[in-house]
Amino acid sequence: MAEAALTATAGAASAESVETPTARAIRRFKRRKGALIALAVIAIFVGAAILAPLISPYDPELQTWTAVRKAPSALHWFGTDDVGRDVLSRVIFGARASLLAGVISVAIALLVGVPVGLISGYLGGFIDASFSRIADALLACPFLILAIAFAAFLGPSLGNAMIAIGITTTPIFFRLTRAQVMAVKVEDYVEAARAVGNPHWRIALLHILPNILPALLVQATLSVAAAIIAEAALSFLGLGQQPPAPSWGSMLNAAQRFLVNAPWMAIWPGLAIFLTVLSFNLVGDGLRDALDPRSR
Amino acid sequence: MLTFVGRRLLQLIPTLFFVSVIIFSLQHLLPGDPALVMAGEERDPAAIEQIRQHYHLDRPLPVQYVYWVKAALSGDLGESMRLKEPVLSLILKKLPVTITLASMAIVIALVIGLGAGIVSAVKKDTVWDYAANVFALWGISTPNFWLGIMLIFLFSVKLGWLPASGYVPLTEDWRMSLATMVMPAFVLGNAIAAILMRHTRSAMLHVLESDYIRTARAKGLLEHSVIFKHALRNALTPVITLGALEFGTLLSGAVLTEQIFAVPGFGKLIVDAVFNRDYAVVQGVVLVTATAYMTLNLLADMAYILVNPRLRG
Repeated sequence: MAEAALTATAGAASAESVETPTARAIRRFKRRKGALIALAVIAIFVGAAILAPLISPYDPELQTWTAVRKAPSALHWFGTDDVGRDVLSRVIFGARASLLAGVISVAIALLVGVPVGLISGYLGGFIDASFSRIADALLACPFLILAIAFAAFLGPSLGNAMIAIGITTTPIFFRLTRAQVMAVKVEDYVEAARAVGNPHWRIALLHILPNILPALLVQATLSVAAAIIAEAALSFLGLGQQPPAPSWGSMLNAAQRFLVNAPWMAIWPGLAIFLTVLSFNLVGDGLRDALDPRSR
Repeated sequence: MLTFVGRRLLQLIPTLFFVSVIIFSLQHLLPGDPALVMAGEERDPAAIEQIRQHYHLDRPLPVQYVYWVKAALSGDLGESMRLKEPVLSLILKKLPVTITLASMAIVIALVIGLGAGIVSAVKKDTVWDYAANVFALWGISTPNFWLGIMLIFLFSVKLGWLPASGYVPLTEDWRMSLATMVMPAFVLGNAIAAILMRHTRSAMLHVLESDYIRTARAKGLLEHSVIFKHALRNALTPVITLGALEFGTLLSGAVLTEQIFAVPGFGKLIVDAVFNRDYAVVQGVVLVTATAYMTLNLLADMAYILVNPRLRG
């Protein structure tokens, strides 16, 4: 009996010792039920966005003048809008604009912010000071006001909204990467890599970057949530997705005028934004806890 | 303290320089000839030429920038194409409305955020704590323009308790003013309340584990005295300074909130300017908000040093 217990303990200890950081993070993440449910919700929205033409009951741009502002029914589960378009179909297709904007604008911010932050934090000196002041300047302008200004000058379109949100999100990734690089570059393993004669680019890309990826992953998830709200806000103001193409923000804009007679026009797109953003925030929080080396 | 302020002011100079470069560059993002785009509907060649002359668009970019900065430093942020009024005077006219709205939003955010944060920390791992955390997550994840629309639907359309939109100055009729401002202020304060709640909770949890709190309890002090006189006073320092940094969230939120509730403030000014292609107003508003934001950050840093004797050095 005692022997069996000892074997079991030894087995558990050896399993613990061979567990890779990724496996440990996945195990910890799986313990957070809220984050898992949120991940499932995101998967549903992504699936709906990809399969939109197959699962939408109607064409999202099809105007039916005999079905204007109809309340939710068996024919139109989420009701119809002011020109007789099916709200459910528009919410499903709207997921494309929101998720695409969230992911692409964060990708822009990552592609610019991470390399510049890496160079800035690794090299220091004048280059670091210059990039840091530019980032300070971008951060000094309130996020949405700067995004509105960029979108206004670039012209209203979904693509320009993504660029505007991407530019305004870039300094966040720059700051994070720079701070992480500055903390990591004095570690012994980086010193060792330098001592054996590795070139700077190799140290930065192969030794430093992999160690700051967890922090970037958490920030990217939370930034997608912020970017989805920003895209919806820009579309709500008429600076994002242009009609008649559906987007959750522009649907809310149109819904404002029909609150008395057709409140469902405002309820569903808003709920879709809320659920998506909440899910990304929950997954971000879950990842932060799962990737935190201090947590057990 | 003076050295610190001097150093921070010096740091502001390059930041302000880059802010001005970014804002100046905006007009060069316009597709095609900026003078033509800025003229909008106006197709008179003389008017277009006047715009080109006024903004020195026929000169090299660095020269244009120098002219623009010189004018901005003397308070000339250009003229609104639509309203034919100096941008600065337009901004100064709208600012009191936004300041009133923002002040009410801050009061609401402080009451809800601090209250929920304290309860959450004191009743850690209870249903109160979970409820407060759910509230914070809800506040951060709810788009304020949707919350605004839903509040209008509930309190104006369904219940008829509050006016759906509009603005009445406090000096004119304070009851009506409060009635028109309570929903926009709540919408604006809600997201900041959620952030303040998280800061308060974490600061309070940290403080409640300190030795001096254990000592206060060991002395037999009443629990509310321990929490409010000993713990909260120390926990508030980082909360207030971190809260001041949410000024940007407040200004960004004001843009949408003012649009939904038709409050004629600073935020509505920039949205109207965008739709009317009134680019000088857009640039002016961004410049003023960025300067205000940086000034407030500086004041927050100074407040942090003032209330934290260990940092005075």
